[in-house]
Amino acid sequence: MNDVSHKNFTSAGSVTATGNRGLQIEEPLLFEIGSTNFTGVDVEEPEAFESRLGDVERTDMMGLPGLSEPETMRHFVRLSQKNYAIDTGIFPLGSCTMKHNPRLNEKMARLPGIGDIHPLQPQKTVQGAIELMMQLSDWLTSLTGMPAVAMSPKAGAHGELCGMIAIRAAIEAKGEADTRRVVLVPDSAHGTNPATAALLGFSVRSIEAEKDGTVRASAVRESLGPDVAAMMLTNPNTCGLFEPDIAEISAALHEAGAYLYCDGANFNAIAGKVRPGDLGIDAMHINLHKTFSTPHGGGGPGAGPVVFSKSLAPFAPLPLMARDGDGKLELIEEKASSGEARPFGRLTAFHGQMGMFVRALAYMLSFGEDGVRQASEDAVLNANYLRKLLKDTMSQPFGDRVCMHEVLFDEAFLKGTDISTLDFAKAMIDEGFHPMTMYFPLVVHGAMLVEPTESESKRSLDQFAYALKALANAAKRGDKDRFKSAPRFAPLRRLDETRAARQPILSYTPPAQQAAE
Amino acid sequence: MRYLPHTAEDRRAMLGTIGVGSVNELFADVPGEFLLDRIEGLPGHKSEMHVERALGALAARNIPAGSVPFFAGCGAYKHHVPATVDHIIQRSEYMTAYTPYQPEIAQGTLQYLFEFQTQVAALTGMEVANASMYDGSTAAAEAVLMAHRVTKRKKAVLFGNLHPHYRAVIETISRYSEHDVVDLPSAPNAEFGLEIDDKTSCIVVQYPGVFGGVRDLTPLAELAHRNGALLIVVVTEAVSFGALRSPGSMGADIVVAEGQSIGNGLNFGGPYLGLFATRKKFLRQMPGRICGETVDEDGKRGFVLTLSTREQHIRRDKATSNICTNSGLCALAFTVHMTLLGETGLKKLARLNHANAVALADRLAAVPGVEVVTPHFFNEFTIRTPKPGTEIIDALVDHGIIGGVPASRLFPGDGLDELIFVAATEVNTNEDREAYAAALREVLA
Amino acid sequence: MADMKYTSDHEYARVENDIATVGISEHAQEKLGDIVFVELPEVGKTLSKGQEAAVVESVKAASEVYAPASGEVVEVNDAIVANPELVNESPEDAAWFLKIKLSNPKDLDGLMSADKYKDYLENID
Repeated sequence: MNDVSHKNFTSAGSVTATGNRGLQIEEPLLFEIGSTNFTGVDVEEPEAFESRLGDVERTDMMGLPGLSEPETMRHFVRLSQKNYAIDTGIFPLGSCTMKHNPRLNEKMARLPGIGDIHPLQPQKTVQGAIELMMQLSDWLTSLTGMPAVAMSPKAGAHGELCGMIAIRAAIEAKGEADTRRVVLVPDSAHGTNPATAALLGFSVRSIEAEKDGTVRASAVRESLGPDVAAMMLTNPNTCGLFEPDIAEISAALHEAGAYLYCDGANFNAIAGKVRPGDLGIDAMHINLHKTFSTPHGGGGPGAGPVVFSKSLAPFAPLPLMARDGDGKLELIEEKASSGEARPFGRLTAFHGQMGMFVRALAYMLSFGEDGVRQASEDAVLNANYLRKLLKDTMSQPFGDRVCMHEVLFDEAFLKGTDISTLDFAKAMIDEGFHPMTMYFPLVVHGAMLVEPTESESKRSLDQFAYALKALANAAKRGDKDRFKSAPRFAPLRRLDETRAARQPILSYTPPAQQAAE
Repeated sequence: MRYLPHTAEDRRAMLGTIGVGSVNELFADVPGEFLLDRIEGLPGHKSEMHVERALGALAARNIPAGSVPFFAGCGAYKHHVPATVDHIIQRSEYMTAYTPYQPEIAQGTLQYLFEFQTQVAALTGMEVANASMYDGSTAAAEAVLMAHRVTKRKKAVLFGNLHPHYRAVIETISRYSEHDVVDLPSAPNAEFGLEIDDKTSCIVVQYPGVFGGVRDLTPLAELAHRNGALLIVVVTEAVSFGALRSPGSMGADIVVAEGQSIGNGLNFGGPYLGLFATRKKFLRQMPGRICGETVDEDGKRGFVLTLSTREQHIRRDKATSNICTNSGLCALAFTVHMTLLGETGLKKLARLNHANAVALADRLAAVPGVEVVTPHFFNEFTIRTPKPGTEIIDALVDHGIIGGVPASRLFPGDGLDELIFVAATEVNTNEDREAYAAALREVLA
Repeated sequence: MADMKYTSDHEYARVENDIATVGISEHAQEKLGDIVFVELPEVGKTLSKGQEAAVVESVKAASEVYAPASGEVVEVNDAIVANPELVNESPEDAAWFLKIKLSNPKDLDGLMSADKYKDYLENID
């Protein structure tokens, strides 16, 4: 297991004996380092006792090695150094919103009274936790102008599911479950939208968006009928534009007996300035990691509370929160004790992402109402500033027009260079930047969606624009190799995704076992 | 405002560059009547110290598990997490990274996900695992939907020992996605004697069950397979993998688990960590992100997200699931803790958990009127008391003890009011157990 | 030579007697890129024209293969399941997907001839 001549140390194309390059250090899999009869945790041996496991005691070996604490630390720290992160530099992924993660949030989440309480301990011992959830829900209902919120959804897509189930429940309550089977989705929408609608047995009717991804009220009206249950719309949309017809669209839907679900992924552009409730939205999920700074953690955990209009509020899922006359707080966990409400069911075992709630609330309290608005304004300011700096270098699919919190470019400026959006993105890695979102939204050829967020200083934006200009000029000059061979200075060169998909290797197999197979 | 870098001068200069007079000109697409100058009812910004004070005051109104003798379980467990774990998951490079869509600069995340998948497959005794899901309960619901896809049937049979909240999650998603659920009655030590038909896609059983009981699942697997259905095994206490035969070795087709117990705190119910593993032949129907091994242009080993055509951003309305997020940082915590433990440490830890539970069961059984009703268990069991469980648990709080979860909280109106679910882990000391028994004696007197 | 016909979704049908051999066109494989996975129907399944018959996936895209005509599946090409790259190498020959015993040969009347398909491709690009 501890053979230092492992393949990682003799990697092809390496100019050093070890394969390491200065601070870029190769790191084997933990299974190639440790031994199965070692443990890095000191566990006490219990006094003699008689097992009560019956006939299901485990006797086999699992093949999982243990590492000492220093080895564990080194393994995971070395691995960490192969990652780009928002703390390293601008992370301009459009529609993903990578903003600064305040460390105060982390400190608060680790208070024993927050991080070390059990979801099923007696409610009188967790009154502060329920109060915290209620304060966060007050912030969310105030900022959105919508009367109710479901706290339990675990992430954006889960929130979408929550909102769409509430719509189904409302339609059932009106006795229209069998007739309203269609959900309208613009073709510029996030992939989760049609996936969610389909999961709930709705058929998806695609609405053709305008060239810039916005949807006209007239197009919605044409698609409306007694078979339509709802429309799913992202606002601001995936091209970074505010839907100018949104109030008209919601009015048309309501008139036809349908509901408007809003994908709140881009709420961070308008928080504190526009209340979705005023626009006639019936349900909207809020990605706490996007708008309210909880960390993305390399892909979760997220949190996706859903705000509801008055018409959908009664159907919000369990658990519900209540405050009685004496100020005692209660989490209502069963339908039977829900009073007037008609919760549609339960989305997760417990009460939602408490660890994310406290981080989001810490952020809101820090920012205040004025700061939340300033953050939205700065996010929009930053995107438009980049747009202006790059307007003569890169191409914009809809001309040089005002955008919201993200600016969309396309591959037209690379025409004739034989360099693709992907090549351009990989060259950005060599310049020390994480690329923007590529090839999304799908309605634009070779899309490059840039979202700087409010966390970037003017100096950071200037540097980013400088690098993009230099790259664009290199591309136009015909310096093709710089792009085709990129990245050259990252921990790895481009990876063979075809091979990964054709012969999936999804877990480690020891060499001896590999040979036997 | 400490999180925003611009000075007033910066903002003026940038507006000048853009060529507008005010920031509101950038919101020109928003119809004027919807653009607000302030939102009513919300306070202004606060200093870091002020926020700490406000949230500290809320935290102080809760009783942390670590501050009292603590015995609640039912899907969330108080374990000791090594300090190394929290340090690593707070490293910027992990905590403030995004989903690894640019693999050349995300090998840190990708390699630990590959290690995580390997650990989960080995623990569950299965061939393949995904890169994690939201939590155990949502993973269970996804497993049921997957069984429907694999068998092209639409009825799930839920065994009576399944956590009622897990059951409710499965029922909710099934009802609104137009699938059928059959609920079997819940009682401690219920028999496996059930019949299924050729419409049944899966049997869902918990192991250990919500009453704490453990037993051989092989007969259930045989029953499922005889009828062309899958066996889904749900594990809510991941430390049990160190003591109990793996679900895979007993014939499970899909294993889902709540991974919180390893590396993750209680957090009042979330964020937690869904583990999901299955057999290789069902790989294409498995939901969630998957990390796979490959090589780069120089032939060096590396890792990428793979088989992504199953996912929503490509398949849209034909995706295996609408899920887009996993539980990355919780998976990292799990992997770091498992790396420290190794299987030797996990087995020792599981043994200590079981020993503490046995010691507690014996101690409580000696209290007059108390009966331990679970003959075989891992670290959680059910007791029957002469008074309603809710009253007892409430009274124990006044003695400074969190004594478990009353069955009536999970099964209201099911006639199980005199039952309490009690869990013991490595954190409980002999003094904790003595204090519990003494207090229970007083409460029942 | 057997009669090759194409659909506007880039499936082809090569007809001999009452058996149509179905696959995806050269153009389709090129657009999809490296094929990594193919799912085929069970032999004996009855398909109606336009119904989803198979699935083909590349690294970045997934696409359904629709039955160009109604009939029963009489044979499938397991070689492309084991080696999906065959679809890139020889889409219109060795890497056929399935054979359908036609229940209504008239189904094929609306399909394009090789020449017509060539014109069609020029117009969509």
